[in-house]
Amino acid sequence: MAKRDIPEINAGSMADIAFLLLIFFLVTTTMDVDTGISRKLPEKQDPNIKPPKLKEKNVFIVTVNRNNNIMVEGERFIEIDQLRDEVIKFIDNGGGLGNPINGAEPAECDWCEGSKDPNLSDHPNKAVVSLESNRGTSYGTYISVNNELVGAYTDLRNRLSNKLFGVSYTELLKQSKNDMKNESLKEKIKKIKEKYPQIISEQEPQK
Amino acid sequence: MSKFRKKKKGMPGISTASLPDIVFMLLFFFMVTTVMRETDLKVKQTLPYATEVKKLERKSLVSYIYVGKIEGQGGDKIQLNDRISNVEDIKYFIFAERNTHPEDEIPLLTTSIKADINSSVGTITDIKNELRDINALKINYSTRKGDINRNLK
Repeated sequence: MAKRDIPEINAGSMADIAFLLLIFFLVTTTMDVDTGISRKLPEKQDPNIKPPKLKEKNVFIVTVNRNNNIMVEGERFIEIDQLRDEVIKFIDNGGGLGNPINGAEPAECDWCEGSKDPNLSDHPNKAVVSLESNRGTSYGTYISVNNELVGAYTDLRNRLSNKLFGVSYTELLKQSKNDMKNESLKEKIKKIKEKYPQIISEQEPQK
Repeated sequence: MSKFRKKKKGMPGISTASLPDIVFMLLFFFMVTTVMRETDLKVKQTLPYATEVKKLERKSLVSYIYVGKIEGQGGDKIQLNDRISNVEDIKYFIFAERNTHPEDEIPLLTTSIKADINSSVGTITDIKNELRDINALKINYSTRKGDINRNLK
């Protein structure tokens, strides 16, 4: 029997292994994905201009003190997990006529499912959520409260969008991001935003 | 009798054809990992959690303000670029940031506030007031995705 040669190692698949590793590292390294709660600050106001008068029932006051306790409407202490429902109840009340939309006559909120409580807001576009904080409040609590306020609006928008278009509002936003030129999606988003405008006002914190 | 006579061989050399791949792989790896942080964090930070988060698009339009504590020193410290700064310096920081962008992008500039979970709202308010003064109105509170109850511990 002839002595066999040592066969050459097949290096053709080396590149594949290398790419496999490359892809593995690319996928597993956590790139700093920046996420956060976006806000638009109000412009500096002329101090001489008087702020518009709002009816007390159209303002929902959330107060956070320096011990991170949360109080709503200046009378009840609540836990953070109750806050979202309280805010939804307030915005979605629909107890009266709203501000005119696109020059139309002031109308009732026919998409609201609230209890029409006379002590809560008239209309989502009149409802103002006012956040009062203290300089000593911890940032974590502040973010939690903000998150719940934004969350309440998102929940309501999702519900309405599901009813009107069969898809949730978050899904609409996602689709619109992938398909920037789709005007009908933008139109839908605008419509939802108009029905539940996000009106969150922040007070200067107490010292 | 075969037509192709086998050449007689000694020890075969290991092929180096894939060496470039390996090198490229390492290159790519380092390229990817080194862009992760542009500034050294001097302040200690744990970002708060939130669920209603949005991704920040177009990172070139974002400027960062870091807030946190430094060990052994009291009070919240503000870091801009690589320096611990005062609140008053924020305007110059934003102006410098605006200078690096063409004019039509200026309204799109976003300021991301990366603040520690235990910083006080007062510090954040001071920053926001500075930003309002110079009309840098788009802000973003940087958070991680997660249950908000973890903020309260």
